[in-house]
Amino acid sequence: MTKEEALFKYTLRLGDDALIVSQRLSEWCGHGPILEEDIALTNIALDLVGQATVLLEYAAKVEGKDRSADDLAYLRYERDYTNLLLCEQPNGDFGATIVRQFLFSAYQQFMYAALTKSSDEQLAAIAEKSLKEVKYHVKHSAEWVIRLGDGTEESHQRVQASLNDLWRFSQEIFFEDEVNQTLIEAGIITSLEDLRADWEGLVKRVVEEATLTLPETKWQLDGGRKGLHSEHLGYLLAEMQYMQRAYPGMEW
Amino acid sequence: MKEINIEELEKRFQEKIDADIRIEPKDWMPDAYRKTLIRQISQHAHSEIVGMLPEGNWITRAPNLRRKAVLLAKVQDEAGHGLYLYSAAETLGADREETIDDLHSGKAKYSSIFNYPTLTWADMGTIGWLVDGAAIMNQVPLCRCSYGPYARAMVRVCKEESFHQRQGFEIVTKLAQGTPEQKAMAQDSLNRFWWPALMMFGPSDADSQHSEQSMKWKIKRNSNDELRQMFVDVTVPQAELVGLTIPDPDLKWNEEKGSYDFGEINWDEFWQVVSGNGICNKERVEARRKAKENGSWVREAANAYAAKKAQRKAS
Repeated sequence: MTKEEALFKYTLRLGDDALIVSQRLSEWCGHGPILEEDIALTNIALDLVGQATVLLEYAAKVEGKDRSADDLAYLRYERDYTNLLLCEQPNGDFGATIVRQFLFSAYQQFMYAALTKSSDEQLAAIAEKSLKEVKYHVKHSAEWVIRLGDGTEESHQRVQASLNDLWRFSQEIFFEDEVNQTLIEAGIITSLEDLRADWEGLVKRVVEEATLTLPETKWQLDGGRKGLHSEHLGYLLAEMQYMQRAYPGMEW
Repeated sequence: MKEINIEELEKRFQEKIDADIRIEPKDWMPDAYRKTLIRQISQHAHSEIVGMLPEGNWITRAPNLRRKAVLLAKVQDEAGHGLYLYSAAETLGADREETIDDLHSGKAKYSSIFNYPTLTWADMGTIGWLVDGAAIMNQVPLCRCSYGPYARAMVRVCKEESFHQRQGFEIVTKLAQGTPEQKAMAQDSLNRFWWPALMMFGPSDADSQHSEQSMKWKIKRNSNDELRQMFVDVTVPQAELVGLTIPDPDLKWNEEKGSYDFGEINWDEFWQVVSGNGICNKERVEARRKAKENGSWVREAANAYAAKKAQRKAS
């Protein structure tokens, strides 16, 4: 695998993650549990669609095949999407959305922080800008995990159930293959293993403060990075890509 | 303190209004003034919140990344407008939760335009162009409303609405200049939203029950028909500019009065939709009711956590 190929695939992964979570969060718009939270979730969705846009633009440029960010977002099929399985999981109740967000944003925070030091200037600049946004996402979602975990009996049970349910997707965050190896050797990224202690530390701290219990589940799922998804992604894309599929080649 | 009778208070109040002095939350005001404002401001707040739904309907299907981001931002602005307006209503002693319950029970109204469905992407353009355009027409005079907190909220809201109107018109323009299919989509959307947009100004002056007193109190500055006429006069040239046809065979420039004549609004339809019989009334209120119901455990948890935290701090 050449360095360019790896850089394309890696940037695409980051872009896909941001885009798919953003798409999920935007389903909340108009339906949040309180108006302030409607605004907050939309805010995170907006930040993420912004990150997705710059990441996919860069991926398209690196690829050099005359595709645009929109082409990458709207004209790839299920098997070409390389987001984490966690990102595509349905919103569930507000607690499930918050747990998904917390696990994901915590990963993004440490990943972007490391990426700010990348020798690839463009990635470093994207990471720098995104990191500021993601710190707020982590703060916001962690506060809600704590509030819900240490709130009422019902909220505790609900959010614990969501954590148990989503935990099987959590370790995919650290999935590495030839793409990562190539870029690590080229000095563009660091190993995701280097983030593990920080990510686990933060998750543990928040889960403890929320009076929740980290699930014991040993079995973990992956596949997202290879385009092997859950059934949920197909429907998400069918909705998201509807206009581009129904009216090919038009400008909007 | 010398006792002042109510007639005297009302007289002084009206003098302040006549002198264009703003009324602030702690000032004395007639009960009917307070009630009228609470009704109008909460109705306005509900319109912002319910208005998120028809556009929210297309966020997940927006045709490209830029449109998605802009639409998300726009709908988020509307949630923000809802917040300022509920707060303005609170300065008059209205309780936000009770106000929202009135929406859910059907007691409180919201702008009936939001009971029309958004069937195509073009509706995102038309809503921005016509619906936000009509809202601006209604709201610019409200920036000079006699009640301070409402007037100030409107100044902020109007700035954002004018951005919304422009983005809507930009979507429509893009479609009108696009393929024949896109142009047809824009025209179809205009056909569906034109009349409901004219209805947004409310019943004609002869049938408007709240208008006269509101004008005297300077809550309202222009009559429904005046504002409707202004809207038609501004919008017709915009449609011409992009080559779309206003769906009104009676629409004609009237040289003498220097404005457009236009056809009769279907008031039966207006009253039917206002009273709950539009195609989306049920879904709109249901969506809001469900959001509140599904969120109740979240709000309870937040309150319980805040109480625990306060207790821990105290002990």
